[in-house]
Amino acid sequence: MSPSTAAATTALPASATAAEPDRLVRVWRQARRRPASAVGAAIVLLFVAAEIAAPWIAGADPMQSDWKLIRKPPSAAHPFGTDDLGRDTFARVVWGSRISMQAGVFSILLAIAVGVPLGLVAGFYRGVLDQAIMRLTDAWLAFPFLILAIGLVTIMGPSLTNATIAIGLGATPTYIRLTRGLVLSTAAEDYVQGARALGAGDLRLMSRHVLPNIVSSLMVQATISIPIAIIAEAVLSFLGLGVQPPAPSWGTMLNAAQQFLDTAPWMAWWPGLAIFTLALSFNLAGDGLRDLLDPRDY
Amino acid sequence: MVDFLVKRAAISVVTLVVISMVVFTGVRMIPGDPARVMAGTDADAAGIEAIREKYGLGDPIPVQYLRWVGLAIRGDLGHSIRTRESVVHTVAIKLPITMELAFLSLLIAVGIAIPAGVLAAVRRNTVWDMLASGASLGGVSIPNFWLGIMLILFFSVQLGWLPASGFVPIWESPLDNLRRMIMPAFVLGTALAAVLMRQTRNSMIEVLSADYIRTAYSKGLAGRAVVFRHAIRNSLIPVVTILGLQMGALMSGAVVTEQIFVVPGFGRLIVEAVFTRDYPLVQGVVLITASSYVLINLMVDLSYSLLNPRIRIGGAARES
Repeated sequence: MSPSTAAATTALPASATAAEPDRLVRVWRQARRRPASAVGAAIVLLFVAAEIAAPWIAGADPMQSDWKLIRKPPSAAHPFGTDDLGRDTFARVVWGSRISMQAGVFSILLAIAVGVPLGLVAGFYRGVLDQAIMRLTDAWLAFPFLILAIGLVTIMGPSLTNATIAIGLGATPTYIRLTRGLVLSTAAEDYVQGARALGAGDLRLMSRHVLPNIVSSLMVQATISIPIAIIAEAVLSFLGLGVQPPAPSWGTMLNAAQQFLDTAPWMAWWPGLAIFTLALSFNLAGDGLRDLLDPRDY
Repeated sequence: MVDFLVKRAAISVVTLVVISMVVFTGVRMIPGDPARVMAGTDADAAGIEAIREKYGLGDPIPVQYLRWVGLAIRGDLGHSIRTRESVVHTVAIKLPITMELAFLSLLIAVGIAIPAGVLAAVRRNTVWDMLASGASLGGVSIPNFWLGIMLILFFSVQLGWLPASGFVPIWESPLDNLRRMIMPAFVLGTALAAVLMRQTRNSMIEVLSADYIRTAYSKGLAGRAVVFRHAIRNSLIPVVTILGLQMGALMSGAVVTEQIFVVPGFGRLIVEAVFTRDYPLVQGVVLITASSYVLINLMVDLSYSLLNPRIRIGGAARES
């Protein structure tokens, strides 16, 4: 999953013929023009690195409780303090990045895997199929994201995988609508009509002519939805519907912290700050990506 | 115009039918035998059978669905398993609380977002624009439950200015009610303000580059008059649409916010219903939420077409 994140934040839609140094130069120029986006992308990469290197940088075992260390304020040994079971908060925040990243990226991959084909078919074939898919999408959208996710988790039972699936399905209608809209405008283009006139089949038209032209818009949408998904995972875990304790998730950590606001406020600072930083960085990077791929001026 | 209204309303009806089917099937997919749950833990086989008979749970699924829809249309959504109260009655008690919360957060969101969005658009690419856009980005990135916890930490625990939780009905003491609602409303309003601000800025920029604005300037109107008399009104039309679409987000936000601030509203009711496996309540509450979303957006679309005749014509042209 980390390669896809890295690709989403730094790479351009690869045209195989472009020489490698050229691309790097262009990325560097863009980065200098939009320092905030570059910083955002860098922080996202930093989180990816922390996630991969968690066992080495966490320093302590995130599950190891110690009755002598219950709710100790930040110190040299425990820079983020310790929690209600004497566990090192820093280690738990570092390990928690794994859960957040996984939930954020995989749920959106699921939304894309389900939503894009449906939107493609609806936009490409129009007619009855389109009507059926779109009415289903309307109904789907009418369930508030979180309520849909809560409902699905109730049916499937609380766990990280089920929370990820629920968030992904909650985000799917956005991708159906977006893809359909993009396909409608792309399919009318001359080059698609030309390819059709040359005898290209539906599958070829969709995969070779329509899809490549809408990929960049889908990528921009992904950078917008991943931070939303990360926050959604934290919310589900916070409500007890996602990752189950004692696993270190930012949402469950905040849930525990809520009971000790007056005696151990640091328990609430760090996990929330981590969610905020990661979501903000994704959004900043996404803003830059949008300018890069979709140069309409807003 | 009539064509447009009929078509738009018909789509909403279809959507409502699909929603009711989804809710009905969804609740039946929850693991566990509803008859067993309704009968309680100490019921014997005969008791469970009696419940199954009474509620027609042995009937074919389509029959059960039609019966449920028939009752729902007549305003009967069944009874909560836990409290034995009717679902409609329970909702009628909880919903006003959430509506007050939503209304206050809407006030806060609009009060922040529209001036900030207009300012950012008029003073485009200045420090003001950057500040407003930055704040908007922060607003969508901050997890609202964490913001809530931080506010409690600061205003309740540290300063002791505001009560951290609880609820006082507005008719008992408006001031106490407001003191308890202000933090949840702010939390709920932040994310909405961020989205609205961005939309206001974008549509304001679009409107400001329109011909009639240039005309207004060229006939010598002062900048202030152009902005206030011509631009703002037109730029707010898309903002109203976004507001309708944000109702779902507001509902999701209410679930979390009410949980943190212990506000006994509709959002908390949903979570309680899910955790206590109160199926009729879950079913009814989710149906009401989704249906009101559809109806609100139908109203938004219709009022939108009244405000802007081009939409109607566009809609009619698309049909032909």
